[in-house]
Amino acid sequence: MISGRDQDTPTPQREGKMTRIRTPGISRRSTLALMGAGAMSVAAPWVARAQAKTIKVGMPTILSGRVAQLGTSSRNAVMLEVDKVNAAGGLAGRPIEMVIRDSKGQPQEAARVARELVNTDGCEWLIDAEASSGSFAVHEVARDLGVLCVHTCSEASSLTADPKQHIPNAFRCVRQGIHDSIVGGSYAASISKAKGLKKWATCSPDYAYGRDTTGEFTLYLKRFAPDVEIISESWPKLFQPDYTEVVTKILQAKPQALYSCLWGGDLTSYIDQANIYAMFGQMEVFAVNMADYTALTVVKNLPKGIHSGNRYIKSFPATPENAAWGDAYKAKYNEYPTNWSWQNATAVMFLAEAAKKANSTDGKKIAEVLKGLTIKCPFGADGTVTMRGDDHTLVGYAIGWGTTIPQEPYVPEVKAGDWKAIFELEAEWKKSKGYT
Amino acid sequence: MDLDALAGCLSSSACLVTQTTSGLIIGMLLFLVAVGLTLIFGVLKIVNFSHGAFYMFGAYFAMAAYQFTGSFALAMLAGAAGTAILGLIFERIFMSRVYGADVLMQLLVCYAFVLIFDDVVRLIWGPEFRSMGMPAAFQVMPLFIAGGVVPPYYLLLIGVALIAAIVLGIGLSRSRIGKVIRAAAHNPGMVSALGINTGLIYGGVFALGGMLAGLAGALAAPVRSLTPGMGFSVLIESFIVTVIGGMGSIVGALVGALLIGLIRSFGSLGFPLFTEGLMYLFMVIVLVSKPTGLFGKEAA
Repeated sequence: MISGRDQDTPTPQREGKMTRIRTPGISRRSTLALMGAGAMSVAAPWVARAQAKTIKVGMPTILSGRVAQLGTSSRNAVMLEVDKVNAAGGLAGRPIEMVIRDSKGQPQEAARVARELVNTDGCEWLIDAEASSGSFAVHEVARDLGVLCVHTCSEASSLTADPKQHIPNAFRCVRQGIHDSIVGGSYAASISKAKGLKKWATCSPDYAYGRDTTGEFTLYLKRFAPDVEIISESWPKLFQPDYTEVVTKILQAKPQALYSCLWGGDLTSYIDQANIYAMFGQMEVFAVNMADYTALTVVKNLPKGIHSGNRYIKSFPATPENAAWGDAYKAKYNEYPTNWSWQNATAVMFLAEAAKKANSTDGKKIAEVLKGLTIKCPFGADGTVTMRGDDHTLVGYAIGWGTTIPQEPYVPEVKAGDWKAIFELEAEWKKSKGYT
Repeated sequence: MDLDALAGCLSSSACLVTQTTSGLIIGMLLFLVAVGLTLIFGVLKIVNFSHGAFYMFGAYFAMAAYQFTGSFALAMLAGAAGTAILGLIFERIFMSRVYGADVLMQLLVCYAFVLIFDDVVRLIWGPEFRSMGMPAAFQVMPLFIAGGVVPPYYLLLIGVALIAAIVLGIGLSRSRIGKVIRAAAHNPGMVSALGINTGLIYGGVFALGGMLAGLAGALAAPVRSLTPGMGFSVLIESFIVTVIGGMGSIVGALVGALLIGLIRSFGSLGFPLFTEGLMYLFMVIVLVSKPTGLFGKEAA
């Protein structure tokens, strides 16, 4: 602390021939104190800035490049919810100020931006709206800085399932690959048994997400329908413009069913190119990422009867709350929300509820409250979602599969997944991976 | 590696027809882009790194025209004519200033325009991917030829690209304009001394190259997603085609593109995890055995 005596009162040693008159300024001790405070504010910025009136929340996301639409939809959803929170008086009396930066979808840039948001911009929390590769990078920043961080887009199960990744200040408010695979595998197996679909082909993008998700889906498909056989696998590269050779290869293999986790523009290209080979009439197609407005509204000739997991559609869960949220988003931004949108909106809902319960915006207190917190949410399977306490991940969200039609509501009937079965199989999967 | 699948396909007429047409489709679209690239290099001695942007603009122009008019023919025309005009303007205003400059400078200018063109598309049509949709006339069942599956739209696509190749080949070798262009490629000083406006020839060649890429984009628009930056991956494959066929050779571009198409088509059966690698491996083999490409001329 800066002492008045140090500044003004001469000490006996200073009274003498070589008397030095202290001029107003900063003494050695106060310099050290200042340096210490500075170091503290760099190492633990939330301590130094806890008293600011507005609470700054940093958000690295992808606002340029091929998947910019997802980042933009994340930003939109967060702002939709933040406006509501601020209109209601903010978090424990403090209005939220979002600081949103573009990571260009590059992990190293996501990490740099996240660090800058905390250290330079004074953000007290992070909402990490990055794809998986970026999320793991931001997770390390959160580990290093100790700042409260909510991941809102990474579906890679290991981010929270792997105990090595666990840190007390990070949470994941996202659907998860393993949950989707269990529900998808179980749904596909029931169709498979009913229609006698034994020969399957897969076609997924050749990177970690595509390989992991396809592996997990087929694992559960075979578990629930043991006589299923995978007779052909195709791994087109991410953002490949032409799928003709993949389509014809699948046609040659003559499978009865096809699974794909292609997404976005790759999925729509694939559908357009497979359509002119009349592929959808020759096999049942299971495309987990089809039921998202980004793909549903873009494909001009959407085939009827594609099986898909729900990403975000305003008709599932079929509740007035979900429909109202989807409509409010569309009214404000003139487009429908994406899967990333509902996850980001849910993150703000969780943070707002936690701040209310803690009556504080302190990151550590919020983290304590978030563990095991259940909130009312338009995207919950039963109208609520929970931040599971032991692995800090979202559960209880609406998850299911259905078949497409070419116009709204696009997926008229969705068969909801059973969370009891998901929990059992997820626990088993974690054990098999050595996570528990 | 799945050599059994490849051998099985080669011995089945149905598979052979399907995979060969699949290779032709990939190859012919690639040819349209690559031939523009090789033409511009042959005459202007410029490696047009921004060439993929013309493919992208062709697709977007076609989509816009199709949405506005509902006519597929007008969409194709808009894709080709729009990129030809864009190519002419681009060459006259920007590229003509860097002809004598260092290769690095030319590359930098081209790369700057790759980014600028992508942002222009983003500003006009938005960052999200778009789809033009297949015209109703082509939403029909595919043809079955010798048991193989061939979509009618792809027959049109192969036909248009083939006509473009023939017109281009005959035009350059037989017509007066073609002869002037070839002369300008060999000795621009002499052509200029004979009173021919070389600037106009250069602009025309650039416009023609852009138009061919634009036509490829327009033809691809009904079956491929449209997104800012979509020209980049096509550009990389076009470079592989021109390296294999020989920079500056139109026949080389055709042969190179068809070879790449067939490698992808049959490679996906026999070498499903190494299809991309096969393409590059073939390029390396050509480069080692004939560094100027299959149809490239040795330097004098």
